[in-house]
Amino acid sequence: MSILIDENTKVLIQGITGAFGARHASLSLAYGTQVVAGVTPGKGGQKFENVVPIFDTVGHAVQETGATASAIFVPPAFAADAILEAADAGVELIVCITEGIPVMDMMRVKAMLVGSKSRLIGPNCPGLVTPGRGEKSHGGCRIGIAPGYIHKRGNVGVVSRSGTLTYEAVWQLTQLGYGQSTCVGIGGDPINGTNHRDVLEMFNNDPETEAIIMIGEIGGNAEADAARWAQKHCKKPIAGFIAGATAPPGRRMGHAGAIVGGEEDTAEAKKRILTECGIAVAETPSEMATTLLTRWGK
Amino acid sequence: MGDYLAAHFKCQSTIFAPMNIHEYQAKELFDRFQVPSPKGKVAGTPKEAYDAATWLGVKNFVVKAQVHAGGRGKGVFKNGFKGGVHLVDSADSARDIASKMLGEVLVTKQTGDEGRLVRKVMVAESVSISKELYLAILMDRESCQPVIVVSTEGGMDIEEVAEKTPEKILREYVNPLAGLQAYQVRKLCENLGLQTTARQFGRLLHSLYKLFIDCDCSMVEINPVVITTEDHVYALDAKFNFDDNALYRHPEISAMRDKEEEDPREVAAAEYDLNYIGLDGNIACLVNGAGLAMATMDIIKHYGGDPANFLDVGGGASKEQVTAAFKIILGDPNVKGILINIFGGIMDCNIIAEGVIAAAKETGLPIPLVVRLEGNNVELGKATLAASGLNIVSADTMADAAQKIVAAVA
Repeated sequence: MSILIDENTKVLIQGITGAFGARHASLSLAYGTQVVAGVTPGKGGQKFENVVPIFDTVGHAVQETGATASAIFVPPAFAADAILEAADAGVELIVCITEGIPVMDMMRVKAMLVGSKSRLIGPNCPGLVTPGRGEKSHGGCRIGIAPGYIHKRGNVGVVSRSGTLTYEAVWQLTQLGYGQSTCVGIGGDPINGTNHRDVLEMFNNDPETEAIIMIGEIGGNAEADAARWAQKHCKKPIAGFIAGATAPPGRRMGHAGAIVGGEEDTAEAKKRILTECGIAVAETPSEMATTLLTRWGK
Repeated sequence: MGDYLAAHFKCQSTIFAPMNIHEYQAKELFDRFQVPSPKGKVAGTPKEAYDAATWLGVKNFVVKAQVHAGGRGKGVFKNGFKGGVHLVDSADSARDIASKMLGEVLVTKQTGDEGRLVRKVMVAESVSISKELYLAILMDRESCQPVIVVSTEGGMDIEEVAEKTPEKILREYVNPLAGLQAYQVRKLCENLGLQTTARQFGRLLHSLYKLFIDCDCSMVEINPVVITTEDHVYALDAKFNFDDNALYRHPEISAMRDKEEEDPREVAAAEYDLNYIGLDGNIACLVNGAGLAMATMDIIKHYGGDPANFLDVGGGASKEQVTAAFKIILGDPNVKGILINIFGGIMDCNIIAEGVIAAAKETGLPIPLVVRLEGNNVELGKATLAASGLNIVSADTMADAAQKIVAAVA
């Protein structure tokens, strides 16, 4: 098992003919992911790399191919519309990679998705990987932009707001011989579809996941909320890391969501809350994997 | 300001972006959205200030220095002139005051010792105030909704109000799909104790909410909203923050950006799509990805160093970007060493290495450089760096890299 996606998940890609979407569609295909459809309005009937059928609408793509997950690579101005189209078509898992979507757009999307059966991951996220069992984790499900080969199939769940920091944690684990069940990048924006706590709940319920790394950063209280939930409900060992201890207050540190506003969303405060909730906090980003292994008793 | 709002209203997660505008620009937006504010005009010369005062045709004026910093009233100019906000009663004195402000540097508690050069003043009608209120609208991250914040304690340090009398601060959340409802405005007016002026305040609030939404604001704060002795309701002093991600659909607001008020290094970085924030330390860093960039700053600090900046080159790290980044970094006289930390997940580390070498050659590399590459084709990338003949120290892990650069600048 894994969470959200596995090697059988049928994936469609919105924006498959753009440079960014095309590149990562190719990489996902090469990884062994079942990319079954692409969507680009006006290009329906064509094929991507002579294999993947392209449709004009998400609804048609879902109907024809049975895709249940979508990766969105469309430009920021059209991303909110793309998310809502996927939800309307009944896509179960919508992963929005697009960076730079206006907050007002996401605010409306979030309100419109209340009561929807679709789950949104992101936006402004690296996506998800459930590693495969082949060489360099080939044969897994890769939705988004993460490098596939750094993964290894195993029992650690990874959840993070940041892309490259997730790769760092995954690579540390893989090099130490510990694989991952699923790695989820929830994105660096202030309003996102799925938060740390949602993912912790899924990892907690997933029999394959035995331990968890949760990577957070300054801004908001999602990590604190997740930690408090974990203290009460999570049976599995968790290691945490919070980036941004040196960030000056009131400045947006790259991610729109990464701003120290009040006293409670500093790195210090978050680390304190995580520790109080029984999460092993890594002192430096170089020690994310080793901190987990110590807590896990490995 | 947003950080006070965030800290003391327990809206910790409030979003606010760096782009600010001047008071006279805020006035332009108010006029466009029919948010009532006192009549006023901007002036770039003493003569223009005189003309503005004449045009206003009232008895009492206020002359205000236009800088992106609070605390203007209590500020002091470097020429010794006191106060960035003055009340005057004739066009002649408006001109005199303007001549003492324009082209001079104003130091307030928010500008730092270097102060800010005043390029424009605003001349506005002075109103007689009977009551001052506080009003702000901001995006609340927890509820993913706009929240209206009001208080009867206008004109005060709002953070102080929140600390001493938190019950005097009221919040009203707005459903983003439904918009601001009339009952919500009635409720706020009642709680603010407004009677004869409730209708006017309500109109102001509806207009301001429309402005907030239509202009993609992340925060708008009016402190104070005044009720005049003639029972008029005016927005007096306003602060705006806009969502950078939405500026593409507001060219008129983008045009209000005053780059003179921003860190020149950050302005230069933005031209190369680099995400740069200057800090006070001496170890510059260049990293791909915002989270990793923050973590790199943290680990430098952990090993006893002091980061000079946050710099995210984004998903890639092209030769052009790295060269531009080097130039910006080396333009900071405090910088004594550079740490490059790239996780080349998809990107080929060898291409990154070649870019780093080209940038180092172009800029001369006068200070120690530690490079930590990880990921795709990393062995070849390291070999390329080693064969370059340049004084580049290679590191394996983030911890290794941080320790090496801290040692190099010590």
